[in-house]
Amino acid sequence: MASSAAVPFWRAAGMTYITYSNICANLVRNCLKEPFKAEALSREKVHFSISKWADGKPEKPILRSDTPGV
Amino acid sequence: MLRQASRLLSRSVAAGTSKSATARGFSTEVPSTIDSTFVESWKKVAPNMDPPQTPSSFMKPRPSTASSIPTKLTVNFVLPYASELSGKEVDMVIIPATTGQMGVLPGHVPTIAELKPGIMSVHEGTDVNKYFVSSGFAFLHANSVADIIAVEAVPLENIDASQVQKGLAEFTQKLAAASTDLEKAEAQIGVEVHSAMNAALTG
Repeated sequence: MASSAAVPFWRAAGMTYITYSNICANLVRNCLKEPFKAEALSREKVHFSISKWADGKPEKPILRSDTPGV
Repeated sequence: MLRQASRLLSRSVAAGTSKSATARGFSTEVPSTIDSTFVESWKKVAPNMDPPQTPSSFMKPRPSTASSIPTKLTVNFVLPYASELSGKEVDMVIIPATTGQMGVLPGHVPTIAELKPGIMSVHEGTDVNKYFVSSGFAFLHANSVADIIAVEAVPLENIDASQVQKGLAEFTQKLAAASTDLEKAEAQIGVEVHSAMNAALTG
């Protein structure tokens, strides 16, 4: 099957669609008026911890959080 | 992009019309795709057990396409955090597809359209509701149902014009200064989104 269509510029630069879409959404959110901007940013806050595993044991977890003080 | 659309459409149509062993029929044809030789040999081996069911037998049949074009378009407009419009009957929607502003009327040809940052307007009688959509997809079905999904969609009044101008200037400058492909791509996305918001606010 010949791939004849031109790829979008972000795909050519190695970005996936999801990354592109999330960047677009973040840019739009940053351009909102208050109080919508505060609502949107609080809605998109994430809080998770990742730990890599080695030899069947979890290593020190990395905590990623947008809520301050955690 | 238009070339892609026809390839996608013809692929789905071809899968429906061909009766080859590898093609799955649409779920409206579920009874006829049950393999009778398999069922017979199953019954010989295990007469007391029902033959195994396939996923297609659990699916609801695809809604049949009405023979006459419906008068209204049913729109489902969803975001990850909210369902903006659910089963709303409207006259027309104009969606910002990557191929340009696409007007969707009832009876539109089934289409899958990727959306670019732009204005989506929903027309109902004399009411027009406009949203700025960051990106997403629109699925137009044969039965005049439109499923539009977006990551972020805001009414135009909620956008701050001064921040848009600031962002546009910032990203235009980043684009000029960018060195790697990835930086260029990110700056280009920034320029595109902010120009689209600018056009939406002033147009």
